[in-house]
Amino acid sequence: MFLKHFKRASLSIGLAVALAGTAGAETVLRVGNMGEPATLDPHHVAGTWENRIIGDMFMGLTTEGPDGSVVPGAAESWTISDDGLTYTFKLRDHSWSDGTPVSADDFVFALRRILSPELAAKYASLLYPIKNAEEINNASVADLSQLGVRAVDAKTLEITLVAPTPYFIEQLTHYTAFPVPKHLVEQHGDDWIKKGTIASNGAYMLDEWVPNTHVRLVKNDGFYDAANVTIDKVEFFPSEDRGAVQKRFRSGEIDIAKDFASEQFDFLKKNLPDETRVAPYLGIYYYPVNTNKPPFDDKRVRQALSMAIDREAITDKVLKTGEVPAYSFVPPGTGNYGDPAFVDWMDVPYKERVAKAKALLAEAGYGPDNPVKLTLSYNTSENHKRIAIAVAAMWKQLGVQAELFNQEVTPHYNKLEQNDFDVARAGWIADYNDAQNFLYLLETRTGRQNYGRYSNAQFDDYMAKAANTTDMDKRAQYLRSAEAIAMEDQPVIPIYYYVSKNLVSNSVVGWEPNVKDIQRTRYLSIKP
Amino acid sequence: MFAYAIRRLLVAVPTLFVIITLAFFLMRLAPGGPFDSDRVLPPAIEKNIMAHYNLDLPLWQQYLKYLGGLVQGDFGPSFRVRDFSVAELIMSGFPASLQIGGTAILLAVMIGVSLGAFAALRQNSLTDYSVMGVAMVGIAVPNFVMAPLLTLVLGVYLSWLPVAGWGGGAFANKVLPIVALALPQIAYISRLTRGSMVEVLNANFVRTARAKGLREQLVVVRHALKGALLPVVSYLGPATAAVITGSVVIETIFDIPGIGRYFIQGALSRDYTLVMGVMIFYAVLIMVLNLVVDLLYAVLDPKVRYT
Amino acid sequence: MIHTTASADAMAGMEELEGRSLWQDARIRLFRNKAAVVSMVVLGIIAVMAVLAPYLSPHPYDEVYWERIQMGPDFENAHWFGTDGNGRDLFVRTLYGARVSLMVGILATTVSLIIGVTYGAVAGYVGGRVDNLMMRFVDVMYSLPFMFFVILLMVIFGRNIFLIFIALGAVEWLTMARIVRGQTLSVKRKEFIEAAHAGGVSSVKIIFRHIIPNVLGPVIVYMTLTIPQVILTESFISFLGLGVQEPLTSWGVLISEGARVMEQSPWMLMFPALFLAVTLFAFNFIGDGLRDALDPKDR
Repeated sequence: MFLKHFKRASLSIGLAVALAGTAGAETVLRVGNMGEPATLDPHHVAGTWENRIIGDMFMGLTTEGPDGSVVPGAAESWTISDDGLTYTFKLRDHSWSDGTPVSADDFVFALRRILSPELAAKYASLLYPIKNAEEINNASVADLSQLGVRAVDAKTLEITLVAPTPYFIEQLTHYTAFPVPKHLVEQHGDDWIKKGTIASNGAYMLDEWVPNTHVRLVKNDGFYDAANVTIDKVEFFPSEDRGAVQKRFRSGEIDIAKDFASEQFDFLKKNLPDETRVAPYLGIYYYPVNTNKPPFDDKRVRQALSMAIDREAITDKVLKTGEVPAYSFVPPGTGNYGDPAFVDWMDVPYKERVAKAKALLAEAGYGPDNPVKLTLSYNTSENHKRIAIAVAAMWKQLGVQAELFNQEVTPHYNKLEQNDFDVARAGWIADYNDAQNFLYLLETRTGRQNYGRYSNAQFDDYMAKAANTTDMDKRAQYLRSAEAIAMEDQPVIPIYYYVSKNLVSNSVVGWEPNVKDIQRTRYLSIKP
Repeated sequence: MFAYAIRRLLVAVPTLFVIITLAFFLMRLAPGGPFDSDRVLPPAIEKNIMAHYNLDLPLWQQYLKYLGGLVQGDFGPSFRVRDFSVAELIMSGFPASLQIGGTAILLAVMIGVSLGAFAALRQNSLTDYSVMGVAMVGIAVPNFVMAPLLTLVLGVYLSWLPVAGWGGGAFANKVLPIVALALPQIAYISRLTRGSMVEVLNANFVRTARAKGLREQLVVVRHALKGALLPVVSYLGPATAAVITGSVVIETIFDIPGIGRYFIQGALSRDYTLVMGVMIFYAVLIMVLNLVVDLLYAVLDPKVRYT
Repeated sequence: MIHTTASADAMAGMEELEGRSLWQDARIRLFRNKAAVVSMVVLGIIAVMAVLAPYLSPHPYDEVYWERIQMGPDFENAHWFGTDGNGRDLFVRTLYGARVSLMVGILATTVSLIIGVTYGAVAGYVGGRVDNLMMRFVDVMYSLPFMFFVILLMVIFGRNIFLIFIALGAVEWLTMARIVRGQTLSVKRKEFIEAAHAGGVSSVKIIFRHIIPNVLGPVIVYMTLTIPQVILTESFISFLGLGVQEPLTSWGVLISEGARVMEQSPWMLMFPALFLAVTLFAFNFIGDGLRDALDPKDR
């Protein structure tokens, strides 16, 4: 009540601030975007905060619907060959914001560009399912025309894959598969993305980007569905300080905040109950264990460490933001999968689990006289710290002595990649909605991203089988068998499944929570 | 004095060279690289990126390349921010930092010196203690507490001022950051002023002036204050450089597009070129401001001579 | 020129003779200053509490109470200052924080004091080319990224709380050196120094016997400003993961944790901030008292 009152009082100033940057009675959506973009070039983008901006500007062959599901985008329709290897897309009649029609050539050009080694695109590997993509990217094939992408005619595009990839259509919504305007990139090179030379095919186009101030987009009147787009301008503010962003939201200076601090959840729930939006998110927060290093090469030690963690205490008492305790590596609800393979002790009461963990440690030769000593590393963040403190306290009852080791993010991941840790904090947000995107992290061939260097021939075998089958049910079964092995071995200790945390003003209409946490502005409107 | 200034500027060139060299190599010793993140890059892609940024060359070659670029005024591309060069980032960020920081330091000098002098003239009285006590709040309450507190009370509860944002440089958006930035400076400056003022007031030449029957005001302003400002001026050189190059805390909390953030963000993400660029900029500022301070010394104190 | 013409020789001689009584005298003056005495008592109490921390609370500093996470002051369970976000007792943590913060504050400031005063006095007194060179070195140090300096120290020598003192002290001496140099420049032209110099007293002796005592005023004031700076910088270093490691803590860390939840759990900010503020005020009044007591012109 109290807050509401102040919020209304502050509206006038909030409006004044908004008007300072715009003019007239346009509708403006102001987003607390939690990050300054490094670039707006879809081929170099690597962060969710950048995706929120360029996803409003560009449209891939497929795109996200209002609820985040896959809907046709630049392609009106498509057909898939029986062997699941050849996709033929029929392009929609639409244009770049400078009036040039979008053609199949733009897509061919874009995919060749992102895969060329000279461009050094970070995320190019997502496109490796396409024939010869990997070879071109690692320079073993120099001829770009060998890429499995072909413009049949101006409005027809054909893509050939290496293996049947059930998540390919979904993957095309990702920014790595966005088209770029061939005529502009050829003319301006890497500078095409600057204001004045840029053109986009989505609902919005770039108006202004002032570093560390805001990125402003304006409605693209040439967008094919412009008639249904009601918001005239979108402003993305880069602040990463969640406390500050939360205050700006409360004073009416922004309409959507893309994150808030867990510590503030109780307070927000009490004071802004309708505007605090928490929803499941496709990600797992986990502790990889270094399987190369004794005593963690002993499965029993890893199992004991995992069993002794009271995940409910962490989600309900430490985080309190609706995160779900994790007993599997793949979050429930992940696409093409069904129920994940949970650890078999999931339903055992905590007390019994601790007793079992003690027994396992004793079996492995550890106990009060010979305690397991380990370093628990985490990168700088309030939540990582609080979880690590809680976990260390839980392990203490097993007699495990955990020393906490906090590092900034760069050296933290550097050490993880180099397999130089005991137990560490890590997280994974899916690139596409498929169980394989989680499980591949544990394959032997994954290498450095498999931080603990887990290696189990049987697991790898199931993964390979899954990759080569077109039967979706069988594939899911293989993947589940693989996960069951990993959950028995516990090379990774799942802690919780992520949730998305948003503050959304009541005046924003059409905002739907979803597992990908993507709500494109074209579907939103603002109540006056 | 003019010759002295020229000489100092000439010395600045090798000094700068030493700074650049030291920083370049020190930075590479820190663990982690600009492309370490939670997404491990496939080896082929990492190789492409390393080649793109010349990071695959031996360190000394990278150093020579960097120096070569600098000589031509090229600070290089940022490793993290692709769409703007390091020079563009600094140039777009500095005006905001300068406006906020410059105003804050001016405000701090005016208020700080007045408070300090005022307290010194009433040494060890209740007035002295309370004025200094109030000034101390600026130090005792760190700015990462003061800034959110200000925004909460004045921005969220009272809605008098915007909580954060640059607002295209609107005055209302600058008030809180300036205040938050000035508060600790006011505390420092007033304490330094009071300290040296007390000292000068007891010094012989002031006593003599008083004994000669000069008006108290005149004694204070012409003689005491002038002498008392020496340590303050000393302090102001580096403090000004630090304040006008932006404060990461203030810029983050108020979402101000200054360059203070670049240094910390750059350092954390190992954006070598960005850090080097900001550092060189900062080093030049420091040297210029320190020169100004040394020249001011000669103006304030006739006993200091430069030959 | 408004200068007394007291014989410089006599003055220099006086200081030699009164070498010991200078400090005795200063002590008497210091203890006559009420604010300084009260401050010393307060600081003493805080220091004793920090030392006796384990005996003052029934709670260990690292015990997690799952049922009492982020709760306000609660006398029933002896959480006089409430608990933190992990359900640990804030009272005992504040006292443990005092250990780290007070040590960092005092030791790092002492390091900076020793380096800065010596360096500044030598540069200012010797002057000329040496001064120029020494001050350019200060410029270089000023411009070097402090954070890399700290990170490197940690990487090369490993994590150690004493390194924080050295790193902080090694950075904070710069401004001190500049201030001392500035003061020295003006003091060294004074008659009694020139007289001592003419009288064949060695430079080292002049610097330590005459120059430094005469520049002590601003030095002490700046020292009382360095202590808070050091204590707060420590929290920044800890925040980067290079300072104190959990479960140990410092005031800076507690305050930055508290600042994040100032609306929801004000006690988490209030108590550590109060301790810090009181300590800084105390240092400040002691500094003022010391300055007055040591003022050579006031004797």
